Amino acid sequence: MTRWNAIWLAIVAALLIAVPTVIGNEFYVNMASQVLIYALFALSINMMLGYGGMVSLGHAGYLGLAGYACILLTINGFDQLSAAILALAFSTVMAGFFGMLSLRAPGLGFIMITLALGQIVWGIAYRANDLTGGDNGLRLPARPMPFGIDLNSAPRFYYFALAVVAVALFFIWRFSRSPFGASLMGARDQPRRMSMLGHNVWLIRWLTFVLAGFWGSVASLLFVYYNLFLSPHALGLQQSAEILLMAILGGASSLAGPIVGAAIITLVKNVISSYVERWNTLLGAIFVIVIIFMPYGLVPGCRELWRRIAQRRKPSASKAASEPAA
Amino acid sequence: MAINRRTVIKGALATGVASQAFKIPAAVAQAGPIRIGFLTVKTGPLASGGLQMEQGVTLFFKERGNKLGNRAVELHTADTGGNPAQARTKTQELVERLNVHCLIGPLAAFEALAIDDYIRSTQTPILTVAGAEDITQRKANPWVVRPSATSAQTSHPLGDYAAKDLKFKRVATFGDDFAFGHECVAGFQRTFEDNGGKVVQKLFTPLNAPDYGTYISQLKPNLDAVFTAHAGSNGFKFIKQLREYGNKTQILGGFTPVDESLLQQMGDDALGAITGNWYSAQLEFLGNKKFVEGIQRDFKVDPGVYAAETYLCCEVLEQAVKDAGGKVEDKAAFMKALKTVKVPNTIRGPVSFDELGNVVGNSYIRKVEKKGGKYVNTVIKTYADVGQFWPYKQDEFLKNPVYSRDFPPSKNLEN
Repeated sequence: MTRWNAIWLAIVAALLIAVPTVIGNEFYVNMASQVLIYALFALSINMMLGYGGMVSLGHAGYLGLAGYACILLTINGFDQLSAAILALAFSTVMAGFFGMLSLRAPGLGFIMITLALGQIVWGIAYRANDLTGGDNGLRLPARPMPFGIDLNSAPRFYYFALAVVAVALFFIWRFSRSPFGASLMGARDQPRRMSMLGHNVWLIRWLTFVLAGFWGSVASLLFVYYNLFLSPHALGLQQSAEILLMAILGGASSLAGPIVGAAIITLVKNVISSYVERWNTLLGAIFVIVIIFMPYGLVPGCRELWRRIAQRRKPSASKAASEPAA
Repeated sequence: MAINRRTVIKGALATGVASQAFKIPAAVAQAGPIRIGFLTVKTGPLASGGLQMEQGVTLFFKERGNKLGNRAVELHTADTGGNPAQARTKTQELVERLNVHCLIGPLAAFEALAIDDYIRSTQTPILTVAGAEDITQRKANPWVVRPSATSAQTSHPLGDYAAKDLKFKRVATFGDDFAFGHECVAGFQRTFEDNGGKVVQKLFTPLNAPDYGTYISQLKPNLDAVFTAHAGSNGFKFIKQLREYGNKTQILGGFTPVDESLLQQMGDDALGAITGNWYSAQLEFLGNKKFVEGIQRDFKVDPGVYAAETYLCCEVLEQAVKDAGGKVEDKAAFMKALKTVKVPNTIRGPVSFDELGNVVGNSYIRKVEKKGGKYVNTVIKTYADVGQFWPYKQDEFLKNPVYSRDFPPSKNLEN
């Protein structure tokens, strides 16, 4: 199975790298970059949602914290690299603080506190006219030039985003397979047993919250670099909910799920909406259908479907093959 | 007829083909069609305005037989959802995938600001309807022309009128709590106070406020008028509630509150309201009469300011295309034609543009009256050739910060 996984990985990587040459048209390359950015948002929220069972409705708040910090620092004379590092540091520290507040309450309380925190960030962005430009938003003067590479062309930005997402994906994959990831899943399923075994459940959750906040902030920087513009509309409740839905639609219990969910929602919203006037209805219908037929999301659902088909085709062989893998 | 699966598929195919055929008008002009990208809002809370914008554009190209000058037109409509990031993506689609020659729209100021740098970098001419002051002021974009008005452009004459002609002294202002509301109120406050009036209360209400009761009950009893800069259905709600509370104060307003598209439903509540606007469905120009008839015939509604502004954009575009000899491919020359265009007979009267791309044209003071069982905005005074800086000088005006909640400073507040 691992050999198959490696082959699959190589194929997917080759496809992703080939995207700009295959597609050609600048618009669709930009679309692919946007899918990557939202995929990173969904991946980061999924660290909490999928592995930790913590539902957050304030994830777009990091878009505000990291995004505004980065733009304000750049405008006030910092170079792009230090602005990015400081923005990430600021946003991650805030994530630590937000984590302390939200983790005081379990379950529904956690959702409501993250919602409130996200709305506070939104409210400040909306109201603090002198700082954030209020409703009119702020503009980032230019995209950064890492190692002197100009990121203004669509394919180059795509590769930049792809590299960042690849690093994040590797990190999150290692995270989910690590002992820490296992203890997080333990804290999700059996918190009382875990604390009896000597694990500090609160600390495990808090660290996850901060890590999710960090990767959310990285995605935010990509978002700002891509759009070169940030206004309070981008960090409202709707955005938080959309990120959450991406993870749920694709399948929160899997690594690839949030990426698939992000791709579907972004494409329906931006590409299909040119042809289908009622694209909101279409999106709603997709959700309902997925929830009815694949309650765990698209990726786990398709995997299950594939397993069933394979089993039906050669019942004896697949049983023997699947046993050692499991 | 029994509907089996095959007929359904056939039907679906037929509609698909038909919609494709209608979307791309058969056009074999000499240099191919002029491609126009139209950014509007079809989903979300701003959709009612976006729908009317579409009515204006649809009517115009229907009247002209899908032609500008002697070149055919290919119109591409995109739904921004009233969301800045989506507006940007849609603009990219129009420019990069569909190679449009120019853009019309978008509706909201924050959408226009979100695509501002993209417009610059791709050098795409755009006729905007958004009010955001700075697009044609402190951060003027050389690729923008605005044939309608900035947020405060028609508030300036109204402030002047309220102070000089109506001799009002004490006014309370209301507005939606976003950039358009702030700018619209600020323009009124500035000319009103410069001419001896006092803004004694200044209240901003959240965009999605379900109820204005708590704000209305704060109003002082000894006011000459209440100025409202609420947009869309908020203006409707606000005026209705004001009257329900038994408050009979004179209503003044910016160019959004007593829009013709909502006026009939507002009924007697709106009677007597005096607003500043660059348009009224009552204007006696020949072009406007035709426009009003067309909208009433095709869409069974009265045209409001949203339908009028996109129609106006098309009128300006048509003249500029003629001036440029139909050569829209030469961006610089086409943009120059757009900025120097003079259209003597638009639905709002004669228009021309200042060097920053903003319109110079008539500004009207209108009063809601009942004529023949119908509520209308009668023009009671015309300020001719009002530009975005009127009555101030451009360089002095631009030295000040952009209009906001805090500028101009309110010195006369009493609460």
